[in-house]
Amino acid sequence: MEDKILLAHGSGGRLAHDLVEKSFVRTLANPLLNRLDDSAVFEVSGKLAFTTDSYVVSPMFFPGGDIGKLAVCGTVNDLAMSGAKPLYLSLAFIIEEGLLLSELEKIVNSVQAAAHEAGVEIVTGDTKVVPRGSADKLFINTAGVGLIPEGVDIAGDKAKPGDKVILSGAIGDHGIAVMSQREGLSFATTLKSDCAPLGGLVADMLNASRNINCLRDPTRGGLASSLNELASQSKVSIKIEEKDIPVREAVLGACEMLGFDPLYIANEGRLVAIVPAEDADKIIKAMKKSKYGRDAVIIGEVVAGPAGRVVMKTVLGAHRIVDMLVGDLLPRIC
Amino acid sequence: MKYITEFRRSELAQGLISHIRHRSKAPARFMEFCGGHTVTIFRYGIRQVLPQNIEMVSGPGCPICVTANADLDKAIALAKIPDVIIATFGDMLKVPGSRSSLQKIKAEGAGVMTVYSTMDALKAAEDNPDKPVVFLGIGFETTAPTVAASILQAEERGIKNYYVLSLHKLCPPVIRALLDSGEVELQGLVCPGHVSTIIGSHPWEFIAKDYGIPCVVSGFEPLDILQCVDMLVEQVEKGQSKVEIAYRRGVRPEGNRQALKLMEQVFEPAPAHWRGMGEVADSGLKLREKYRRFDAEANFELKPGPVEEPAGCICGDILRGVKKPADCPLFGKVCLPESPVGPCMVSSEGSCSAYYLYGEGRGG
Amino acid sequence: MCLAIPVLIKSIEDKEAEAEIGGINRRISLWLTPEAKVGDYVLVHTGYAINVLDQEQAEETLALLREIAESEEAG
Repeated sequence: MEDKILLAHGSGGRLAHDLVEKSFVRTLANPLLNRLDDSAVFEVSGKLAFTTDSYVVSPMFFPGGDIGKLAVCGTVNDLAMSGAKPLYLSLAFIIEEGLLLSELEKIVNSVQAAAHEAGVEIVTGDTKVVPRGSADKLFINTAGVGLIPEGVDIAGDKAKPGDKVILSGAIGDHGIAVMSQREGLSFATTLKSDCAPLGGLVADMLNASRNINCLRDPTRGGLASSLNELASQSKVSIKIEEKDIPVREAVLGACEMLGFDPLYIANEGRLVAIVPAEDADKIIKAMKKSKYGRDAVIIGEVVAGPAGRVVMKTVLGAHRIVDMLVGDLLPRIC
Repeated sequence: MKYITEFRRSELAQGLISHIRHRSKAPARFMEFCGGHTVTIFRYGIRQVLPQNIEMVSGPGCPICVTANADLDKAIALAKIPDVIIATFGDMLKVPGSRSSLQKIKAEGAGVMTVYSTMDALKAAEDNPDKPVVFLGIGFETTAPTVAASILQAEERGIKNYYVLSLHKLCPPVIRALLDSGEVELQGLVCPGHVSTIIGSHPWEFIAKDYGIPCVVSGFEPLDILQCVDMLVEQVEKGQSKVEIAYRRGVRPEGNRQALKLMEQVFEPAPAHWRGMGEVADSGLKLREKYRRFDAEANFELKPGPVEEPAGCICGDILRGVKKPADCPLFGKVCLPESPVGPCMVSSEGSCSAYYLYGEGRGG
Repeated sequence: MCLAIPVLIKSIEDKEAEAEIGGINRRISLWLTPEAKVGDYVLVHTGYAINVLDQEQAEETLALLREIAESEEAG
């Protein structure tokens, strides 16, 4: 086989067919995918969750993961945030001509490993190759389908005053890990991305209590943006305490250096849950026993107030508003 | 983290707040000159915990905010020259110039690179020997010595394609101009922290002597600001006016001799245009004749086009502490963080940005 | 203005050093602080050390603040 991806690999001919068979299907093998029909056909009964996301992260490889792992976990997590058990994913590649086959294969292996851990199967896919310069090495789109257990109703507009706000772990790991690989910033860290599939964590939480009002994974825009979205959708205010929010020293260090606020840094393996006060303790207990919820903590509560307002009590006891992220995070000197 | 977490401790903050509340009787308006201090004040809600008789007002110490449109237009014009790579601190990327911004022209294909340090810009110059790399030099006396050092390193390493567009500014002259304008009456000045690390505390003496205003050099953690306010209150209540250093772990009265030496070796004072204040004599830095070959203004033909100021923008008044963001007709309506009209809203330490993002003007 | 953070110098090579804060490592320049030694904490602004932090002064400041906090609590 060629060692670089060529335009011909996307054209549907022999080269393309070989690529799909030898590099993709062989690795991702499962009965539905192996059929290589135009669509994957399956039966599911119940309420379905359906989501899609595209992944364009640069650089493709970062400490703790790569674009392949991200593409699976991101979509799996979106399904999990509806309380769904993730079942099947589609996988579409848009490859820039010239991408090394070895890199693509590494990424497909990551996809398989992540899918295996998440308990999902990649059942259908697509491959396109675009001319050099038309894409940044590799773009991936995944769409996912999941099944919502009976009696589970989780949505962004269900938060009520009195509810507790739970965070599953330390914030900022992913964003800082990725940033450490970017040109022009040159810092080294042993920090790894927190990229992880959260279907298992959510299932454990639902086993402890069905009374979960909201779930959200704070990806781009960070914890701050997710809390703002939930407060807006539910038409409530949210109050959090600065001292209760877990942040690793390495993230704090990088944020100090670059002038960032950890509240706005992306996470790929964390969730925020808003639950009735009387259920909070048993849900936290269940989270702490689950692989990706060991550091779960209550960080605040929902209060009556202007819709969409998020307020944080600082270490001085004063209050400041935590707004949504505007634009991009840029390192600053001032 | 050492030297950081210790200076954020809640119980020590409570002690200082209590101390200030007990001792501060006279009404006092204190100005924090430095944008970094503004960020700390807003981020921790310091205004909320001070007694009512103390008013904090923000000054023009944000090097991004005070960069004039005409100067930013020069940088944009440079970036449009084919092959030129502008290396800039992230802060400047979104600031609107007369017609565009570095971020906008970057999206249009111009060579604009965000760096954390001149070290990164020097590396970019070495990695791209056939492309001119122009470092956009903004910042006060804290940053200027680092840029001076970068020029000396370029010389040492034989890097021929490294240039600097110097928009550096000096603080003491503009503080004098501000006080001379008589527009703001102050009972105390929170003096810049890291500028003082470089220039020491003696350059602030004139403020205490000629204007009778208490001065205290402050660090950037919440305990630092509170300690500084505590010391200013003490001077006010005792009727004193002198220069004191609260930030003793980071500032020596004589400053950093080596940094000053390098700064003076490479740069000389020049007139500079400050947004909102116009031209202030000897308040800018330009490269000395000896280092002309590194000077972007001397080596490139700049055609920035006519300067345009945004209609209705009162950034100038806000920078001088004469008006507050809420006084601006555009604030929060047309001028927003995602669509800034003026630099005070773009810069992370601009008054308007701080007001808006931390919600002081929106009821806490 | 002027974000500068305290980092620990782990090793020095000529006019540059490897520095660390909270597990983040970065190469910094000592052009402005030639007196800095391994084991010193320095304030770093845009990749350059601008000052060697004075440990004694830091401790004195914290002691003073502790005194104030204690007297306020008592009083």
